[in-house]
Amino acid sequence: MIALFFRDLKLSIRAGGGAMIGVLFFMTVVAVIPFGVGPDLNLLARIGPAILWIGALLASLLGLDRLFQAEREDGSLDLMLMQETPLLVTVFVKCAAHWAATGLPLVIAAPLLGLFMNMDELAIGATMLTLLVGTPAITLIGAVGAAVAVSLPRGGLLVSILVLPLAIPVLIFGVSAVYAAIEDPAPFLPPLMILMAITLFFAVIGPVAAAAALRHASD
Amino acid sequence: MRLLAEGLSARRGEDLIFNDISFALSAGEALVVTGPNGSGKSTLLRVLAGLLIAESGSLKLENGPPEMRHPSEISHYLGHRNAMKRELTVAENLSFWKDFMGDSQGGAGKGLAEAVEAVGLPGIAHLPFGYLSAGQQRRMAMAKLLVAYRPIWILDEPTAALDAGADKLFAGLVNAHLDRGGIVVAATHQPLGLERTRELRMTGFAGVGGGMWHDA
Repeated sequence: MIALFFRDLKLSIRAGGGAMIGVLFFMTVVAVIPFGVGPDLNLLARIGPAILWIGALLASLLGLDRLFQAEREDGSLDLMLMQETPLLVTVFVKCAAHWAATGLPLVIAAPLLGLFMNMDELAIGATMLTLLVGTPAITLIGAVGAAVAVSLPRGGLLVSILVLPLAIPVLIFGVSAVYAAIEDPAPFLPPLMILMAITLFFAVIGPVAAAAALRHASD
Repeated sequence: MRLLAEGLSARRGEDLIFNDISFALSAGEALVVTGPNGSGKSTLLRVLAGLLIAESGSLKLENGPPEMRHPSEISHYLGHRNAMKRELTVAENLSFWKDFMGDSQGGAGKGLAEAVEAVGLPGIAHLPFGYLSAGQQRRMAMAKLLVAYRPIWILDEPTAALDAGADKLFAGLVNAHLDRGGIVVAATHQPLGLERTRELRMTGFAGVGGGMWHDA
């Protein structure tokens, strides 16, 4: 299983792997916002956390459709389905590798982009923390969509549409936790805990559902 | 160890692809599945590999490992696609499958260098898989059969894209596997040059029995 994790990591870094696509998209989206909104620093600081979160959500959805499709196209998925190792473990490890390759760079890039949005240290820290906690949930939800659309040649947009409604709670609680951290009266901990709960919930449900979908898609 | 298939039939969409296929294979025996295109060879192999659910019939393994749920767990499947990543080197591909699959009980896989040597391509394991020619890719996919031990090999057109020399080399590998008490099921158009084979001729679904089998 460790072999699978490092193989997927290696694949995402090699040519055509797409690890950088997500983070580049994230940077592009967030970097153009100040030009569109204009030089109102207070406004930028106020919408900054929400923009970072929306950018991260869209960037996480970008490469998801290839999660299982690439394995299916070269026949690797067949072998993974045959093994004694439960498929849901394989799916979970693939999700972990996918997050490490595409989700983690978003968390790391967030502080730089936070400066673009005139956010202070506290807001940047809170955004990083919520992204760290919340983006794995997007990958895990996305794995289900990717498994359902595995046999569709152009499933990219379909995966995003399938996944987006389920990912909305992650966005809501992620952004509200950041605002709770920077605006005094609201408590920070409850939305963060709910965000963690969502991630843990989908860490259980996601691989099970994705494994079931993959089994039925094989023919 | 004995692989028993009884009354297998499979469906793709609305159509029954084959009907009532039965065979029994003991350790050291090979089954060669022949028949025209579209007669259901690949579908039968996918059923055996557990990748397609049979419409009816059963597949059993006698004297297999006790905790096994389906014979596919102790099978290698070499399909039309090689299951190797073009972006990774051959060595990375093979060592991944070696680690990921592990060995079934009762045997041990060969080392990487030994497996690459056995398919006759030593010295190119450091190249990305995508750089190899179609025939070399197929041979490296065969090396995958050697790095992790599985008693049952399910091979779908294994010698497509191979030259005559490689055909012979492959027959040698399969015979060595049979000598160790393995079971091989192979779909093919060309004679594979195997010993101790039985033949299952798929006739395509014609309403009655989907295939007949006899000793070659």
